[in-house]
Amino acid sequence: MIDLTLDGRPVRVAAGSTVAAALAIGGDGTSRTAVGGARRAPLCGMGICQECRVTVDGVRRLACQTLCAPGMQVETRP
Amino acid sequence: MSERYDLLIVGAGPAGLAAALAAADSGLAIALIDDNPAPGGQIWRDGPGVRLPARARRQREALARHANITLLSGTRVVACADDRRLLVEDADSGRLIGYRKLLLCTGARELLLPFPGWTLPGVTGAGGLQALIKGGLPVRGERVVIAGSGPLLLASAATAQKAGAQVLRVAEQASHAAVAGFAARLLQWPGKAVQALGLHQPGYRCNARVVAALGSERLEAVLIQRGGRREELPCERLACGFGLVPNTQLGEALGCEVRAGALAVDDLQRTRLAEVFAAGECTGFGGSELSLVEGAIAGHAAVGQTARAEALLPERARWRRFARQLARSFALDPALKDLPRPDTLVCRCEDVPYSALAGHDGWVGAKLASRCGMGACQGRVCGAVAGYLFGWTPTRPRLPLSPARVDTLLCLEETALPSATGEPVE
Ligand code: FES
Repeated sequence: MIDLTLDGRPVRVAAGSTVAAALAIGGDGTSRTAVGGARRAPLCGMGICQECRVTVDGVRRLACQTLCAPGMQVETRP
Repeated sequence: MSERYDLLIVGAGPAGLAAALAAADSGLAIALIDDNPAPGGQIWRDGPGVRLPARARRQREALARHANITLLSGTRVVACADDRRLLVEDADSGRLIGYRKLLLCTGARELLLPFPGWTLPGVTGAGGLQALIKGGLPVRGERVVIAGSGPLLLASAATAQKAGAQVLRVAEQASHAAVAGFAARLLQWPGKAVQALGLHQPGYRCNARVVAALGSERLEAVLIQRGGRREELPCERLACGFGLVPNTQLGEALGCEVRAGALAVDDLQRTRLAEVFAAGECTGFGGSELSLVEGAIAGHAAVGQTARAEALLPERARWRRFARQLARSFALDPALKDLPRPDTLVCRCEDVPYSALAGHDGWVGAKLASRCGMGACQGRVCGAVAGYLFGWTPTRPRLPLSPARVDTLLCLEETALPSATGEPVE
């Protein structure tokens, strides 16, 4: 199992899980706030739509294409 | 020393893997670059939520046995540069990679069509839901509705069911006659017949389409229309896919020809550029068997093994016939163009509604007036939507092909500047 934090709260996921999976396991599944203010969640699951972009350890990454790593800090509401 | 390969393959799905393995015994330096965390493409996507099929495991093992194949996972192509080089970026840094021959196996993405509520959390692509589940998304006990068109809907339903979800409905927009005809012909394609079994899935309905996703903060229910009847299905997830769109951006940026939305290739999978080949779904949709044989042809041809490439042409012709049947059977009903309402967002990156686009006569005008297609996905989602809804042809992709970090883009500057001032490069 891997321990990381999502918006400051601890999350535990199975090894090999994507950050997109962690968003649902440790939160409400959403990844970002759209221009109009609504929350969005991963859509395509394969690195195309960019809906899943989050901040991982200070760098913008795609949640669906990034694997969870121990100690990772994921932010969805910067 | 700069990094350069005899054969650089972009995309490690079935086509890219088959190409690398076909070319491997040439002994040349081969690299496979892919932005997913592991090779296999979407069909063989690995993760905690999946058990890879035997064929995919064999391909992976074969890959590991060849010392002349370098696998670069988690690495995306950001731009093409001068002197047969690509600018790439991984989690840590950006760099330039050179090639003698380039093979594009960039695959296809799902056609995601807009309808009221499609931006609600809980709505995903059909292949998208599959990919997310494979990556560890828990769906056990959730109610799922799947809608759109094509065999991918059944594959998505199977993945969701295996992961413990309850699939309430699979809404296929094609007619019962078209689907039944396709199922009957599946018997001609051993190995594909098993897919027909999915058609007996209890929730499978033809002539059915999603009309709206309902909910305030997230998805709460889905409205499905079938003939004159509508049904409202409370559920946690809706997965939609309306077919596939070839990923041609990198090919286009390089200057390859695009025909009918796909990269144009000749008999040996060559594009119009002498050093660039293309194979798999970026050259047209056809399923993994077609991708495997196209990849093998391209791999052999790219390293000069022409006879071995030509020996595979009959097999490719066979799977191309299958692809044509598939395309005919699941042709999209024009009624799907009426799904968006004026306030339905078409561009999800910039929140541009349908009403802001409908009055324009082309992609360029609409884009300039509304910012549609100028967001992070660079029109990969909304450009395909505009192509379907309005018949607009997207403009040639601009660089970078995907959002990149500044220090990655600086790699390009460093190389471009000296040559521009007449000084030697490196
Ligand atoms: S979900 Fe589309 S890019 Fe990650």
